[in-house]
Amino acid sequence: MRNSSEIEFPGGHLELPHLPPLHLGGLTIDLSITKHVFFMLLSALILVIVAVYAARKNRRSSVPTGFGNLVEIFVVFMRDEIALPTMGKAGLRYLPYLLTTFFFILIMNLFGLVPYGATATSNVSVTAALAFIAFVMIQVTAIRAQGLKRYFAHLTGGLHWMFWPIMIPVEVLGLFTKPFALCMRLFANMNGGHIVLLALIGLIFLFRSLIMAPVSVLFSVGISALEIFVAVLQAYIFTILTALFMGFGLQPEGHEGEIDQAH
Amino acid sequence: MEANAMAYLAAGIGSGLVIIGAGLGIGKLAAATMDATGRQPEAAGQARTSMIISAALIEGVTFFALAICIILATKG
Repeated sequence: MRNSSEIEFPGGHLELPHLPPLHLGGLTIDLSITKHVFFMLLSALILVIVAVYAARKNRRSSVPTGFGNLVEIFVVFMRDEIALPTMGKAGLRYLPYLLTTFFFILIMNLFGLVPYGATATSNVSVTAALAFIAFVMIQVTAIRAQGLKRYFAHLTGGLHWMFWPIMIPVEVLGLFTKPFALCMRLFANMNGGHIVLLALIGLIFLFRSLIMAPVSVLFSVGISALEIFVAVLQAYIFTILTALFMGFGLQPEGHEGEIDQAH
Repeated sequence: MEANAMAYLAAGIGSGLVIIGAGLGIGKLAAATMDATGRQPEAAGQARTSMIISAALIEGVTFFALAICIILATKG
């Protein structure tokens, strides 16, 4: 759960290199590779390998088999259940971004359940970066679909100019709360499971007795099984909410709340 | 009561209140979805998707409140 500058593996641990901190103006930024950064890069590498392998395998034959079939199920689900209902036909252009987000978050989440692994998404900096990318995508989608003029007109809420001092701050704040909620939700969910596990295992040391051990271990197994579900669910929720917010920007007329359910 | 004890008490009571609200909200949501699915089983997929989205939004606000509780509890 904690970030550290070394990775553990069976039979030892490896000290990760420390990079000299960067000085930007008054800021000092430490860019050394930590455990979370290492596992994030590893997830990215695995994502690229898996995606390229599946794409190659599916290109060879028109009927996907085995591993290619498994990946296709996910891709088709993303297209039919997330991109098309929230954004309509125009959503297909943004499907690559959604797929990348989903699989990247999924692999990072699942790494926390591998022994000696670490969940990169339980670090608030990682989720903040993901949410920032989502923020940029939401704004780009809206500006591309409506044009810059309509985009700014939307920020006034379409009301009389006397309401602008109230509407503009509220709308601008609304732009930022969505990605902020995305960031906090993923971070808190991935951390929450780990904290529960820590508390359960900690009970053994708190009671100082062996009788507590089976209880703790049994409950930990249950929570770990729940965590597998949460890992997939949170990747799905992050993606579908991003798609939904992007879909709001795509709609030329209405304000939020009118999702085109017909598909 | 000293300030630290008050902060811990506030965090405990606060997180309890948060869970009451979130539990009621998500429970009501789930009940409504079950109703809708029972009446129109063919629309189960759409109802489920809307439920997950709304549940995630409620959950997001809950986490904001819980974060405040954690800040209170770790202040001392």
